[in-house]
Amino acid sequence: MDSTPDFAIETRGLRKAFGSTLAVRGIDLQVKRGSVYGLLGPNGAGKTTTVRMLSTLLPPSGGEARILGHDLVHQAEQVRARISLTGQFASVDEDLSGRENLTLLARLQGFSWLGGRVRADTLLKAFDLQDAARRQVKTYSGGMRRRLDIAASLIVTPDLLFLDEPTTGLDPRSRNQVWDIVRGLVDDGTTVLLTTQYLEEADQLAERIAVIDQGAVIAEGTSRELKASIGSNVLHLQLNDPTQREQAQLILAGHLDSLVHLEADPASLTVQLSDSSEATRALAELPQAGIGLSSFSMGQPSLDEVFLALTGHTVSPQKDPEEAPQ
Amino acid sequence: MSGSSSARALIRGIRVLDRPAPAGPIACTMAFGWRALLKIKYVPEQMFDVLVTPIMFTVMFTYLFGGALAGSTGDYLQYLLPGILAQTVVFTSIYTGVTLNGDLSKGVYDRFKSLPIWAPAPLVGAMLGDILRYTGASLIVVLIGLLLGYRPEQGVVGVLLSLVLLNIFGFGLGWIFTVLGLLLRTPGAVMTLSWLVLMPLTFVSNIYVDPATMPDLVQTLVALNPVSHLVSAIRGAMVGELVAFSLGIALVTPALLTLTFGLLAMRLYHRKH
Repeated sequence: MDSTPDFAIETRGLRKAFGSTLAVRGIDLQVKRGSVYGLLGPNGAGKTTTVRMLSTLLPPSGGEARILGHDLVHQAEQVRARISLTGQFASVDEDLSGRENLTLLARLQGFSWLGGRVRADTLLKAFDLQDAARRQVKTYSGGMRRRLDIAASLIVTPDLLFLDEPTTGLDPRSRNQVWDIVRGLVDDGTTVLLTTQYLEEADQLAERIAVIDQGAVIAEGTSRELKASIGSNVLHLQLNDPTQREQAQLILAGHLDSLVHLEADPASLTVQLSDSSEATRALAELPQAGIGLSSFSMGQPSLDEVFLALTGHTVSPQKDPEEAPQ
Repeated sequence: MSGSSSARALIRGIRVLDRPAPAGPIACTMAFGWRALLKIKYVPEQMFDVLVTPIMFTVMFTYLFGGALAGSTGDYLQYLLPGILAQTVVFTSIYTGVTLNGDLSKGVYDRFKSLPIWAPAPLVGAMLGDILRYTGASLIVVLIGLLLGYRPEQGVVGVLLSLVLLNIFGFGLGWIFTVLGLLLRTPGAVMTLSWLVLMPLTFVSNIYVDPATMPDLVQTLVALNPVSHLVSAIRGAMVGELVAFSLGIALVTPALLTLTFGLLAMRLYHRKH
């Protein structure tokens, strides 16, 4: 074995400027080999730009990065030999059939014409695409296209796979298929870096998560750590009467040393408890003021709440030109 | 977890244990050439104007100008046909840029660029596909010419030699349009600007008439135009009187274009996409 570093990805101060706008403003990452690492953030946060740099498509404007022990800039060729990229927009050729796409890519990676065709058919079968093998990709559904896209990344099993928003726009069934594939890959030893704007996806798949906002990492850790970092527990309250919500908020904020959020549902509130014993106090105070509860529950905060607490805004889709390709 | 364990089995089943050695530059270029052929297979209409335009020009010019310019259409055809061949290939080379421009906007180029392959292969491979266009269009012109009465004195050898010269020239010229294809935003813009390059390149030449009757300045321009030398070389090849100078220019020009515009294209390809 050649020297095997512990980290598949290690970056320090990685930056990218487009003209005078900084799309990525100094990112430090350490991604352990054989893990799934999630880059979580809204549209325009700099996720795609980061992935494009790490997969050698965009030269960084500053900082350092080592991919599987190779310098990202000076050893780009060695890096390319061991990574695969599934881009945000289908990185397969829509005009060609699924089989032709895979055969072409197999050929480019050193398979013979015959070997490439055999390899293509193996992958098409494994990803349940054999019936569509001879059809042009433009006729595929979103889920089929994604599967082909991922299959195209696995022609030669990569040590590190980049998945840029792999389930954006997919129906739940296709999304679960993609998740299963990612889990299978990681079980088999591949490191996966995935970007997502779905908190649930990062929660489900990623061992560690970096929350990215406006080109910088604003929090990093396991999903449990991230949730713990904003308070150990959350109390969800559902009121009988929505008009009493503001009064309830005042009472809770006055009596407890906790943050109170108003939810989208006009009858519900969330209290971030610094101490779980506060929950009983909260539940006692409200009935005394004549505010009836229809239900309550304790739990860990969702990543949505984590994001809100970290950034002051929710994960709202906003278009950013920097996230578009080229 | 059953979903996950079957996914694990799936991934195991498709794991590649023996990594093949990466494909070399030639294998990569040929693979991209194959891709270009597949594109023609799916959209055969794109060959239509490549094949029909030269027929139109040959017939039109022969019968419109033949009598006036050379006394008879037969004599004029003998002069014009090698020129129309050059014009056809020069016009067709625009497609290199237009097709590339549309192609580059696709996400698949991200994948190509993240592969450990010879970097120019996608561009060079696409241009190999263009050779099919050049050859097809040239053969149509020769065929129409033969039907109308054109007779190459050197027969098949002359025609084959001409085809080789035309393809080499078209390949070199294609780099100019590849650069335009990389620089401009839309295929339409590439088309428009390319015509501005092509019009003087084809009309200020010896394609249609003997430059002897032109004003001195225009004669000088015609003599400086590499397309004129390509036409002279083809005329020479067809009748068996090759002029070394014209042949030299017809070969050196594409080599120089490849060195300059080819390298520029590679820089643009890496920087912009």
